[in-house]
Amino acid sequence: MLKIDDIVVKYDTIPVVKGVSMEVEEGELVALIGANGAGKSTILKTISGLMRPAQGKIMFNDMELSKMGANDIVKAGVVQVPEGRQIFSKMTVYENLRLGAFLRKDRAEFQKNIDYVFEMFPILKERLKQQAGTLSGGEQQMLAMGRALMSCPKFLLLDEPSMGLSPIMTEQVFSVIKTLKSHGITMLLVEQNAFEALEVADRAYILETGNITLSGNAQDLIKNPAVKEAYLGG
Amino acid sequence: MTSSYFLSQLMNGLKIGSVYAIVAIGYSMVYGILRLINFAHGDILTVGVYSILTLMAFGGLPLWLIIIISICISIGVGVMVERFAYRPLRSSGEETTLISSLAVSSILQNVIMMIFSPQKKAFHLPEYLTALHKVGSVTLSTMNIITFIAVFVILVILSIVIKRTSMGMAMRACSDNLTASRLMGIDVNKIIVMAFVIGCGLACVAGLMLAGEYKTIEPMMGFVPGLKAFCAAVLGGIGSLSGAVAGGFILGIAEMLFAGLMPTSITPYREAFVFVLLIIVLLFKPNGIFGGKEANKS
Repeated sequence: MLKIDDIVVKYDTIPVVKGVSMEVEEGELVALIGANGAGKSTILKTISGLMRPAQGKIMFNDMELSKMGANDIVKAGVVQVPEGRQIFSKMTVYENLRLGAFLRKDRAEFQKNIDYVFEMFPILKERLKQQAGTLSGGEQQMLAMGRALMSCPKFLLLDEPSMGLSPIMTEQVFSVIKTLKSHGITMLLVEQNAFEALEVADRAYILETGNITLSGNAQDLIKNPAVKEAYLGG
Repeated sequence: MTSSYFLSQLMNGLKIGSVYAIVAIGYSMVYGILRLINFAHGDILTVGVYSILTLMAFGGLPLWLIIIISICISIGVGVMVERFAYRPLRSSGEETTLISSLAVSSILQNVIMMIFSPQKKAFHLPEYLTALHKVGSVTLSTMNIITFIAVFVILVILSIVIKRTSMGMAMRACSDNLTASRLMGIDVNKIIVMAFVIGCGLACVAGLMLAGEYKTIEPMMGFVPGLKAFCAAVLGGIGSLSGAVAGGFILGIAEMLFAGLMPTSITPYREAFVFVLLIIVLLFKPNGIFGGKEANKS
């Protein structure tokens, strides 16, 4: 479904992603794991069209995402829940959800999607008229995920959804990810929280300073001594 | 000082304030989205005025058509400035576009000087617009009355567009969080162009008001009102349209009362007074008079 072919991404002249290839099949949940600064978020930004690869290409089915604008990529069904949530803090929860469905003009579909989001995140229904910036960190993460779901994504990119959250909230976020997976949504999950990510993922890639150093079945990676050492606290 | 003198200064403040208010709306929209202090915004006002003057000199065209054509010309220039002077620099930071806007301002002023000469020119509106009416102890021209109504109508229409339409929601989203807006599938470039279209169209209208009031025009006439309009937008609270309008009126009235009530030895400093006022307000209310608290982002 998504095929990244040998991309190099640079900030000015400095390459941060140095020739990465990855693949995600339809229905899969793939984790991308690595330390701070390894280039995980850069890969997601490049998939979403916020950055351009200096080399290589990104295909989504038969569309070349690396040549499309950010809005066309969303239109194609590839939607990102960005790092640090990036909600519209001065707008209400409801307006945030409406913006999630910005490219979707069908009212009946909107109602169906918002009901789905409320089912996943009941708290958002209670907070509907509240200014989004006043929500707690966990609630903001749920809003960011709910907002992405409003666009009926075919492919969801999740950038550090557990960052800065309490253990209880983290638990909740991963349980939502599991539910989304059972609903057939294809996902690419970027995480520093390697253990939790490997537990829910089908497959995973390990990224170190811009290169994929290891990849494979998530269950195998959990048992891999090198991964244990580096990411799972020995 | 008599009360009628006070009242007439107040009226002068409202007149100049409405010019600031209309320019400030455009300033606020562009700044809200791009964090760009567009120094060239005031010069778009000048472009509009010179376009009106030129078309009037041809004779034969009705004034309403002249105004519409001039609004289109101002928008055209503004959109080209965005496309060629700001957009290519957008990724290199706010300071770079700020400097670019100073350059554009200077280019626009000089091009106008080259085409029309640096000298002042007389600007006369048709008599039916300059006819005076006495309202109590103050005298207003038809143009003044139209101006006040226009500011109000523009504010109402824009507020509805921003609050109720999908384009308006996208504009608010862009000024709240540009990156997130792109991730929602909003065509950010289109929204930015739209902000320039609205801002430059309004600048042309403001130019007409300003020229109609002072009856002379010159190539630098837009720059200082542009700066003051930016102050008005900051004073009212950036991002809030009604704040920009209120800021414009407050600034205009404060300036004219200062000019009218202070001893004549210090009235030449009225321009400075406006900026001092801005500094004082920002010391106490950093987000402007009507600006809310910055919502916590974490």
